[in-house]
Amino acid sequence: MVQSAKSLDEALASLSDGAMLVVPREVSGVPMAATRALIRRGLKRLHLVALPTSSLQADLLIGAGCVATLETSAVSLGEFGPAPRFCAAVTAGTIRMMDATCPALHAALQASEKGVPFMPLRGLIGSDVLKYRDDWKVIDSPFGNSDPIVLLPALKPDVALFHAPMADRFGNVWIGRQRELATMAHAAERTIVTVEKIHEANLLEDPLLAAGTLAGFYVESIAVAERGAWPLPLPDHYGADAEHLALYARMAASDQGFADYLDKYVHDKRAA
Amino acid sequence: MTSAQPEFRTEELLADVIARLIGDVRHVAVGNASPIPATAALLARQRGNGRPYVSLLGSPKNTFWTDGARELFDCAGQGRIDVFFLSGGQIDGRGNVNLVSTGDYAHPQVRFPGSFGSAYLYYVVPKVILFRTEHSRRTLVPQVDFISAPGASEPNVFRPGGPIALVTNRCLFSFGGGRFRLDSVHPGHTVDEVFEHTGFEFECPAAVPQTPAPTPATLRLMRETVALQLAEVYPQFARQVFGVGEQAFVR
Repeated sequence: MVQSAKSLDEALASLSDGAMLVVPREVSGVPMAATRALIRRGLKRLHLVALPTSSLQADLLIGAGCVATLETSAVSLGEFGPAPRFCAAVTAGTIRMMDATCPALHAALQASEKGVPFMPLRGLIGSDVLKYRDDWKVIDSPFGNSDPIVLLPALKPDVALFHAPMADRFGNVWIGRQRELATMAHAAERTIVTVEKIHEANLLEDPLLAAGTLAGFYVESIAVAERGAWPLPLPDHYGADAEHLALYARMAASDQGFADYLDKYVHDKRAA
Repeated sequence: MTSAQPEFRTEELLADVIARLIGDVRHVAVGNASPIPATAALLARQRGNGRPYVSLLGSPKNTFWTDGARELFDCAGQGRIDVFFLSGGQIDGRGNVNLVSTGDYAHPQVRFPGSFGSAYLYYVVPKVILFRTEHSRRTLVPQVDFISAPGASEPNVFRPGGPIALVTNRCLFSFGGGRFRLDSVHPGHTVDEVFEHTGFEFECPAAVPQTPAPTPATLRLMRETVALQLAEVYPQFARQVFGVGEQAFVR
């Protein structure tokens, strides 16, 4: 499949209101430039799945009114404190929360990856995480003797969206050791990727690069977005912008401050 | 403190306590935002000449997982992680931890980040050390409002893991038979104070020893060797607690 890089908005065009969107955890290649573009476009009613946690990205999308349902294991700004828009939305009841635990999200996506209807997982029994998940079931293991185990239905997102170091002109994307990005892409109906740059040669022809490559077969569209994870880190490439994250934590603490943040860093300009 | 004892910081005492709890095991994993458990794990590794193997989330140098974030959980599910650490917005006397919210789940008063991996790791990691540096009736409660992960399970539930201890800024509790027992009180703190600030009931022996202070050799190891390793993942903490400067960071 030969593809050419598109503009950011063109690449994101097939992501529609109400879609189930899966995105990676805060340090694994978060598509922040794409997230800002989606907020500018006014995307609505997302079922957002953060694999398995999120920070700034989920908080921004929630604060901007793009999210109807959030399915994840945790949202926080890490050393910069609680995620203010997430906490406000959950306490006000303005989003539907589907609390999970990290390995459950990985396992439910792996079920889709394998094309099977569910995946069993240890743990969970006796927790309120399980109690509030009507979609999860407990069965007695058919291979055991009174051995209850949780079954998670396959999670099949409409779209996987992430940021990676590079792609080639054949649509192959180099993800390195961030292998959960491949699980996301294998599980989702369509995958949209932003990258730092285009690699001139075919990534699959270099055995060292091929092992860390997601084949273009899985990828619908690619856009170049330099520093596209900013202000979050791109692993093995650049670190987080701690100063900006601290600024966000301060501004997003109030409704007005968050509105000002959107005006300044999302609507007004293509930041950094 | 007598003049024979060296001065130490609370963080150093707690890391020393946790390093003893880790004991002789093969693999210790430390989650995000856990600088004191990370110090303890690195201290244990230094004392054991490389054993246990230490995995520090967030440290490219100290994690071997190359098959995605799920590899940690797969590793734990197979019993390949012996020790892990958990905290909680609330912890109750039966060892239940709450990382989700206070009040009614549908209408929470305070929302915490979420359960992370606790609803799985608490069950499958043999030694889970609970850790909370705010020892108060707000955090140590009679009953948690939401069970992210329970302290104990029904006999037929697969449960090779669970809590072995709770370390706070005031004391060390051990966990056994479904409840906490006051094992020792840290220097400068008292049993009365522990009762005053603990919301749950616990077993208290007639005589409660004082937590031993870190020895000069332990303090030297932490300050001169462990602090430099720690600085890769927790630069702020390494600077504040151990005075590690930027130039000393191990790359």
